[in-house]
Formats: sequence, structure tokens, C-alpha cells
Amino acid sequence: MTGRFVRLAETGRAPVRFELDGAPAEALAGDTLLVAVLSNARSVRSSEFGDDRRAGFCLMGACQDCWVWTAAGERLRSCTTVVEEGMQIVTTQPEGSWAKVA
Amino acid sequence: MGQSRVIVVGAGPAGVRCAEVLVAAGIKPILVDESRRDGGQIYRRQPEGFTRSYPSLYGTEAERARALHQSFESLRSRVDYRPETLAWNIYDRQLHTVSAGVTKALPFDALVVCSGATDRLMPVKGWHYAGTYSMGAAQIALKSQACAIGRQVVFAGTGPLLYLVAAQYVKAGAKVAAVLDTSSLWKRVRALPKLAARPRVLLNGVSLMRTLRGAGVKVVTGIEPVEIHGSDEDGVRGITYRSQDGATHRVECDAVALGYHVRPETQLADLARCEFRFDAETRQWLPTVDQDGRSTTPGVYLAGDGARVLGADGAEIAGKLAAWALLEDMGHPVPDAERAALRREREAMDRFRQGLVEAFPWPAEQAARLPDEAIVCRCEAITAGELRRVVNQMGACEANRAKAFSRVGMGRCQGRYCGHAGAEVVAAAAGIALEKVGRLRGQAPVKPLSMAVREEQE
Amino acid sequence: MNSHRADVVIVGGGIMGAATAFFLRKRGASVILLERGLIGQQASGTNFGNVRRMGRPVEQLPLSNRSRESWLKFKELFGEDVELLLNGQLRVGFTPEHEERMATYAQDAKDFGMGMQMMGGKALRERFPYLGPDITAGCYAPFEGHANPRLAAPIIGRAAVREGAQVFENTEIVSVEKEGEDFRVNAADGRTFRAPVALITAGAWGNLISTSFGEPVPMIAKAPQMCVTEPVPYVIGPSIGALIDDPDQLVYFRQVARGNIVVGGGGHELADIENRRAYVNPRRTLLKLKNAPRVMPAFNRLSIIRVWSGIEGYMEDSRAVMGPSARVPGLYYAFGFSGHGFQLGPGVGDVMAELIHTGATTTPIEHYHISRFAKQAMQAA
Repeated sequence: MTGRFVRLAETGRAPVRFELDGAPAEALAGDTLLVAVLSNARSVRSSEFGDDRRAGFCLMGACQDCWVWTAAGERLRSCTTVVEEGMQIVTTQPEGSWAKVA
Repeated sequence: MGQSRVIVVGAGPAGVRCAEVLVAAGIKPILVDESRRDGGQIYRRQPEGFTRSYPSLYGTEAERARALHQSFESLRSRVDYRPETLAWNIYDRQLHTVSAGVTKALPFDALVVCSGATDRLMPVKGWHYAGTYSMGAAQIALKSQACAIGRQVVFAGTGPLLYLVAAQYVKAGAKVAAVLDTSSLWKRVRALPKLAARPRVLLNGVSLMRTLRGAGVKVVTGIEPVEIHGSDEDGVRGITYRSQDGATHRVECDAVALGYHVRPETQLADLARCEFRFDAETRQWLPTVDQDGRSTTPGVYLAGDGARVLGADGAEIAGKLAAWALLEDMGHPVPDAERAALRREREAMDRFRQGLVEAFPWPAEQAARLPDEAIVCRCEAITAGELRRVVNQMGACEANRAKAFSRVGMGRCQGRYCGHAGAEVVAAAAGIALEKVGRLRGQAPVKPLSMAVREEQE
Repeated sequence: MNSHRADVVIVGGGIMGAATAFFLRKRGASVILLERGLIGQQASGTNFGNVRRMGRPVEQLPLSNRSRESWLKFKELFGEDVELLLNGQLRVGFTPEHEERMATYAQDAKDFGMGMQMMGGKALRERFPYLGPDITAGCYAPFEGHANPRLAAPIIGRAAVREGAQVFENTEIVSVEKEGEDFRVNAADGRTFRAPVALITAGAWGNLISTSFGEPVPMIAKAPQMCVTEPVPYVIGPSIGALIDDPDQLVYFRQVARGNIVVGGGGHELADIENRRAYVNPRRTLLKLKNAPRVMPAFNRLSIIRVWSGIEGYMEDSRAVMGPSARVPGLYYAFGFSGHGFQLGPGVGDVMAELIHTGATTTPIEHYHISRFAKQAMQAA
């Protein structure tokens, strides 16, 4: 899996391990969740209304294009969320499971 | 007199300077800001633990950025600072905020909204593909996260940010595939007399061009974007543009930064029921303010790019002027000479701003030429063809009507990124003036509001 | 051309006026429909969008059933799709008293074809697994549904135009007068519209006109408090309403096919009919956010992206004014549907057209006659 974003500096930060679509992935401390995902993958979600994948747009919390699901069914706006150790991020639509509550 | 309840929204250049003046007058404002750290977008601070220097982050504006950050640090204990807090509504002279899942209603006697700006966008076929970002996004990726948005980046659109961000990418070692400007060199030359109102800024712009040329970056002016190519799964693969001679050219890339200058974030002004007027020069609706930032709603002041786009140093001045207006309205003394000087300084900036508008005009004419299959509203994936259908077949010639029928502007971003272009598409399809299309009414929440919020009393 | 004439002039281009214009044209009458703004902009366009019968007063069900016939063939009749989803309606309750209320209604209204089924909490959660644990009972009506109110009245208005109705939008009316055998409707810009029959379908503004004919009614203008979530995969199915004892605590919701969930309830604000303004009070939004997860806990995972309101005319007794004037021959009313007129719209149009055209209607509407306020009006005079 190739990432979309390219790191140009500040690469000496501590690694942060998280899970992306069930597979282990690595980011750096201080990454936004969007950067964490896009350093590992090409996109963060699919459009609700088409087949196209989306990867965020504004990076400042205004366009709302980068909302992702966690494995537990929570919603996170990835460009304004800081990646945390152990996060489990899902980049596909959850279908009906979002409505099920444990 | 009891302590006045004053709220400032936004901790960018306008908000910080505003708070500074208020504090000096003995007021302790609540300073609400959405970001984790102060600085706004323009002087956005990198996260804790990042080590790049001020010059590498802010270039020629390093000293201004440092000064603003230092001012904020010295204010911090004297303002009620609330970072990571969204102002999501205004009602009945209360500002509704939400932070970490808790919503509060903050009553105010006076409110200064310094809400900043976001990129102004004109759609291009294929702009929904992953890898198309706003110009501001490209800059934030670099400034705040030390990342490039792709391996081969094309910068397209127009405006001062086009060259600034492209040059910042070059300096940071990213590969810039091309800079494609919809404005022509000729327009910039013609705007020179007005741009000369701020020689230093003009020279900075010239130096950006030199940086790009020195790095061998292909810079083309007077273009029109035709299509961003890509695939649903993998996103952007290239961009085709038409050059001034009518020929089409394709540039391979995996990312496009797109933007046409910026537009004010006016949702809070709208929720505060401020009046708006049509600004024919920039073809958009702006809140009505007097020279110091008084809106038409008593006790509500608007400052910085959120009211009128003047850039960071213009915003610093606007923040101070709004604070003095507020103090004056509350019966405090204000320094008349200093205020007069700042007003004059801002007039020069306004001439420069007009120069920018002429040098990098909003490409309204593209709206009529957008192919029917191009998506206008990214949130709802609504095409130009569908928007034209509701105009032509359903008679929807007014912005809110067209939204009600087509859903353009009804999605998560609430029309931030499609509202201006959508209105242009409607105007062109209906054959009416843009002003007649009107503007999308702002509706709360300013940004999505989690249904899990808890209410707490202040 | 400053003067227009027709068999019937209709004042107010909401769903009631548009539908009546349509059905009058079907009966061959010439029609002028006057609207101050755009067709379907106020209550008709901003309401929740329920196309339901369950929960309506039993005496209203014949009218509601007549309207249902139009809804079921909406596209065929009016020519465009209205995003009608017929996935049922569900009312849920939290107490034995709620259960009893639902059971009584199911019994009282059993002859009107709704197929209502009472269900216990466990059965409900088996069938609708997203429902919350506090729900103890529900009543499910499988044939009900919801549609897009932003589209409905404008579609009917366009259909009326295709049928030959003269529709004038952006036409501010300053007065309606009886002049000899005719009604003369005067627009602010000087245009006049004449017809021997006038129908007032002016919603929250209806009382202003009925008062000018000596028939004031007790009505206030309220602003519904709507919001909608981001889109999520479609799962909900029925339109769901919770029985709650305090109207401010009310919550009801429906998921549209594209995935957004429209949430209504939280009580009302007063609307400003003079300036045509209606606002959403954030306190009411927050009330809904607090109460909605009790019905469906997964709401806590979602965000709302937009709120809106409109202007609805509420009668003191929650019953519309519908039928002929008690004082002026040739004058008819259909307004004040008190927040539940959307589903009735096509039926009201059908019935009013029948009444105006034939002098009578096969659907009972006597509960809605304006004469019920006559005593009050005399006392006021």
C-alpha cells in the first residue's frame, strides 16, 4: 500500500502504531489522523453518493470530507483529530452496522 | 458597571490583536478558537514536538508570526482562552460553543467575530478525485504536518496563495509539476499601480516567481482548467488545461492544489442576523460593516478576513479597530490619533486588495462552461447538469430554491466550497445577474454537531 | 395586462393551494393561483415530510385516506418523483400509559386500512434492532411513509401550470374584496385578479384574510424545529415517532433514501409572520439531541449538519379551517393545518376542488368549518 502524502521533514518523531482496515500501520507522534492514514493509504473513505474514494480536501476542518469510522462505529474528522496509539480506523462504509449498539 | 461580557471568536491575527486591545482596557474577554493552538490559519503553529524554525515555516512573515504568537503568550493569563472550541450557533445574544462533547451557551454584551477565510473554489471536472485539495490544504499539510499532498503536485487556480504555496513546496523539497494560473500576466501588469500600494508585499510576490523559475517549475498563465483525470479507486492522475492559444495540454500528477483566492467565513455573522450586501467587485455577498467593523447587529463586530479579505496584517489592524469600536460603544476612551493612523494604513491595504482582485480575478465565466457531468457539490456529488436542470425545468433561479431542489450546498460543508460556484452556474443557466440569485442562508450548526453533546451551564 | 380573471382565484401557493389549482383544472375550471414568494416555500416546504395517517384524529382519516390515493400515484398524477418511501410508520412508547394510548388508537382507528400492529419491546427490537432498551411498546403501521417536502408542492404547482392554471409567484397580496358578484384580489404592485370564487389557502396568514371578511379565527404562527444528520447507510425503514408526555420532549425521525436522518420535535418557537421569519432555537435543537438517542442509541454516533424552520399556522383546537365561509357566498377556506397538513395536501386539493365545482363533497369535512369560531368572533366584535 503506497501512501498519498509525502513527508518532507520532522521525521524524527516517535512512531505511533494504529490499525488501518484491520492491518497494522505506523504514523508519527503529532500526525493528524488524516496524515497518519494518507501516509499509508491513498484515501480515507468512499463517497456516499458515488464509487469514488475521498482523501479530504481542506485540511482545516471546514469541508467535512475526511470523516472516517472507527472499528467501534465512532465518527472522527481525521484532519482535526490527532492520531493515537491503538486507534482502529476503517476507511470503508460500515453498511448497516453503524446503527447496531452493543 | 459590572464586568462586561465580551467574546472574541478566533485566535488568528484579528482575534489576538482584538483581545490585546480589550485586555489593555481592563476587559477579560472569552477567546474562543477552534484550533488546538493560536495563530489562525495564516500563522498556524506546528504541533508540539515539531522543530522547524520560524523562517522555514513563515518565510518573509516569520517576524510577524513570532510577534503575534508572543503577544498571545503574554495575553494568555488575561483572557479566558478556550481552544478546540467550536462556536456553532448564535441565538438570543448567546454564543453556543462546543468543546470535547460539552456544549455551553455563553451570554455576551459584545461579540467580535474573527472567523477567517477558507479557499474560494471553482469546480473543474474531476475535482472530486482523491488527491485534489484546496490551496489552503496544500499549505497546511506542509506548514502544520511537514508533508506534501503528493509526489507530483500541480498548483492550479489563481491568487497570491498560488505562487506562495508552490514556492513553499519547492523550498521544502517537494516536486511541483506545474503552476497553472487562470489569470493572465497582462492582468497582473495592469493591476501594478494598485499593487504598488504595498511595495514590500509586491516584491515578495516577485521573489516567489523567481524561486519557481529558479527551480525550473513550469508556470503557465492565462489557462483554463479542463479536467482533472483520475480513477475512483486511486484518485488524481493528471490535469488537462487549455492555454491562451486554445490548445489543450496534459500534465501528469498525483495531486492538484486548487484555489481562487479566499472567501470570508460568514456563517456566524449570518446567525447573528447581520445584514449582507452584494459586492460586485468580487462577486459575492459580504456582511455589511462600517469602517471599524460594526455589523448591522448592535454589539456584534466583524474583523479580519471573516468580514473582508485583506490578509494577515490587514486582519491585525481590523482586530484593533473592532476592539476600539466596541470600547467606544461601551463608553471607554479610545486613542483617536492611533485609530486614525490605522484606518489610513488600512486604506492602502484596501487599494492593494483591489489590485489583487484585478490581478487574480475570480473566473466566473468558467461556470457557464463547466461540463454537465462535472460535480459542483462535492459533499452530495451533485453535477452542474443537475443544477442546470432545476434551473431550466423547475424554474429555480434563486440560490436557496436551487439548493432545495438540487441539494447543491446541502451537504456536510453547507455550501462553503460550492456556494459561490453554484450561484454562478445558476446565474449563467438562468441568464440573470449573479446578484439576483441571492445567497445561501446560513443555518446552524456552523460545522457538524455531534448528537452526543452534553449541555453544561457556564 | 394588469387585470386577470378566472373562475376561481386561490390566495396562497402552498401545497393546499397548488393541489386545489391542479384538481380544479382537472375539473375544467379556470384558475388563478397567487403566491407571495415561491410555491411551497413555507410550511409546505419546511415540514418534516411524513406521509402518514396513524396518529391523526379518527374524524380526519377519511380525508387522509383520500389524500393517500393521490400520494400512491403521485408521479402518475403530478408528473415527477417526490422521493416517496413507503416503509411504514412506527410509534414507540416508554410507559404502560403510552402503550395504552397506542392500543386505544389502534382500536379506534382500526377500520381505516392502516393495518396497525401493537408490538412489545422485545418484538420491536428483534424487528428494528437499532431501537433503544427503554422502549416498552410500539404500534407499527406498515403502509405509511414519507416524502420530500421541498419538492412536493412545487411539483404539484408545475403540474397545475401544465394543466392550464395561471400561477403568479412573487405576488404580494394586500387585500381581498368582494365587489358585486366577484372577488377582487389586489396585489401590492397594482395588479388585480378577479373571480366569482375565492379560496384562501394562505397558511399562517389565512387568519388575516378571514378576519377581513369578518371571520377571525384563533390561530398562532409557529416555527417547527427541524434538523438533519449527515448521510449514513440506509437502515431505519419506518418513520418513527416517540410518545412523550411533554411536547418539548417530543422527537420523531425518518431516514431518506440517500441516508440523512431528518429529526423533528423539540417543541416550537413562535414565528414572525410580518417579517416572514422563523428561527431555530438552539435549546430546542439540544433537547432533540438529548431525547433522540433514547429512541435510537446510535444517534450518539452521528452529527447533525443543518437545522431549519418554517412558518406553520396552528389553530387553537389543532383543527384546520376548511370549507365554505359562513358569511360570504363564493368564499372558501383551507388553512391552519396545525403542523399536520403535508400528507393531507393532495386530498385537501381534491376535496376543495370537488366542493367548489359541485357544491358538495363526498368526504366529511364538517369538523373543519369556520362557523365553529363564529361565537368567539361575535364576542370579539
